[in-house]
Amino acid sequence: MSYFTDGRQARAEQLIAIYPEQRSALIPLCHLVQEQDGYLSEEGMVAVAELCGVTPAEVRGTATFYDMLHTEPVGKYLVGVCTNIACLLAGGLELLEHAEGSLGVRVGATTEDGLFTLEETECLADCNIAPCVQVNHRYVRTTTPEQFDALVSELRDGGRASEIPSHGTLIRTRRDVDLAADPGLVAQERAARRAAVEGQS
Amino acid sequence: MSLTDAPKIITARAQYDDSHTLERFLATGGNDGLKKALTMTPEAVQAEVDAASLLGRGGAGFPAGRKWAMLRKADVSYLVVNGDESEPATFKDHLLVERDAHQLVEGVTIASYALQVNQAFIFLRGEFALGLERVQEAINDAYKTGALGTNIFGSGFSLDIVVHPGAGAYICGEETALLEALEGKRGYPRIKPPFFPAAIGLYGEPTVVNNVETMSNLPWIVLNGGAAFAALGAGRSTGTRLFALSGHVRNPGVYELEMVKHTFRDLIFSPELGGGVPNGDVKAIIPGGVSAPWFYPEQLDIPLGQDEVAEQGSMLGSGSIVVMDTNTCMVRAAWRITKFFSRESCGQCTPCREGSGWLERVLWRLENGQGRMEDLDLLLDLCDNIAPGLGWPPQQTTICVLGPSIPSSIHSAISRFRDEFLAHITQGKCPHA
Repeated sequence: MSYFTDGRQARAEQLIAIYPEQRSALIPLCHLVQEQDGYLSEEGMVAVAELCGVTPAEVRGTATFYDMLHTEPVGKYLVGVCTNIACLLAGGLELLEHAEGSLGVRVGATTEDGLFTLEETECLADCNIAPCVQVNHRYVRTTTPEQFDALVSELRDGGRASEIPSHGTLIRTRRDVDLAADPGLVAQERAARRAAVEGQS
Repeated sequence: MSLTDAPKIITARAQYDDSHTLERFLATGGNDGLKKALTMTPEAVQAEVDAASLLGRGGAGFPAGRKWAMLRKADVSYLVVNGDESEPATFKDHLLVERDAHQLVEGVTIASYALQVNQAFIFLRGEFALGLERVQEAINDAYKTGALGTNIFGSGFSLDIVVHPGAGAYICGEETALLEALEGKRGYPRIKPPFFPAAIGLYGEPTVVNNVETMSNLPWIVLNGGAAFAALGAGRSTGTRLFALSGHVRNPGVYELEMVKHTFRDLIFSPELGGGVPNGDVKAIIPGGVSAPWFYPEQLDIPLGQDEVAEQGSMLGSGSIVVMDTNTCMVRAAWRITKFFSRESCGQCTPCREGSGWLERVLWRLENGQGRMEDLDLLLDLCDNIAPGLGWPPQQTTICVLGPSIPSSIHSAISRFRDEFLAHITQGKCPHA
């Protein structure tokens, strides 16, 4: 029985198929585990390892390099407040401090109800609306303490569900072509070009 | 000349609310560049890009045509598009992927045809959730309309594009680290030589890595000709460029401007652009991402061009400009930038891994009034260990340029604002707090 549920097994197999080498699917598959489990679970890493043809340790070793892959559970909403230079100048540290008070947790911690995990992030590339805040990697553009608190209570009440899915769901658009354009044709073209190059030299 | 006279090459479509849709794309000349390219030989398309003298828009500013030329004799190759945009205060590719992903896909297809590559990857930072969805939609649309896949528009050329999400690591913007990430590994930069992507790239094959903005210029260049592009700008800086303006300005944002024709002062103070500094005046600006040495008020009349900025001892880099007003604490600014490098150092090389952490801790105690007089020399000595001589461009002691980029802000801040550092020490607190 496959690890992935709700059609995710087919998406996992598609990810393996669209890369020339299966290990390239490792990080996208980790995102897929996070979509299913909310974080990168131990069992999920084993499943990714099997699909990619590597050991679970290699999956963990790779995943722990990256900020977005969480090997411990996080809240339903991962709230990231940027304090890098453009946001610092706009009061990012102060907004982060406010967020700590408002959510009642320190940076890195999760609220007791499991709803929110607070993070201090590096630049999120939205510096014209600073300080920048993302929830589950969606820009929410709450630059003031009041806007931040309003968003938090909206999320507590189950609002904005269509805009901000639970933590882990990254790309909701499905790739609707399965495999490489035409592997046979691509191979033929490559062979023809190789022959042409050899003919020149 | 008005600031808005120059053509909008890559942001023309972005003025529409529905700029990301296939309908708007097709109604505004979408795929015209690609269709024209497919009637030309790949060599002729390359020649147009050469004629445009298009400099890469990622940060290093290497001529795109020359990057491509390295691959001409190669027999198997990949095109990888760098959309990892993580240099602090850089947010131009964010606009391009969210607002005009079809243009990006068209540009990537043109480049792939010119290079005769049948497999391309668009690597986007994972924090671009919406951008990832928009690019996947554009790819799906392109397959549907015959602009991608087998036998594109009946030309006999075939291409597959895969959009690949990153997972949060600044270092993956470094092209060899990006390739490692794309191979499913930790984002460790590769040592060069021998691992120049054009020689040994993705899966060990020759690979071209180009930035999102570079690719987005191609439909216009093919349609209007490289000469028309080269007629804009001056010197080596041709065409237009996206400038991401942030910090203490009234109108922060992304502005497409003709290269060289305008100055930092125009960008910051023109009512049509930055609109000026709301409180006080300019104290310092960061001209091209946080790896760049700072500029000061007397340097605001430097033109926005690659060589023009380099001649003055800094870099235009990723085209992001941060304005810091007279109320800014420069110790705090240097501390936060250094903290960023410390967090994002991949850890392979000792000068970068250890140096960034030490620098951050020393700056932190200075900012909090616990600094010592000898800390200034200590900071500069640590910086000198990472980039000997503290010149520009920096000397490299590490595998990639992340480490040697760390001293820029610290060296700038101490050189110009030494009195501020001293005030932190003598007053035992941040004078701005």
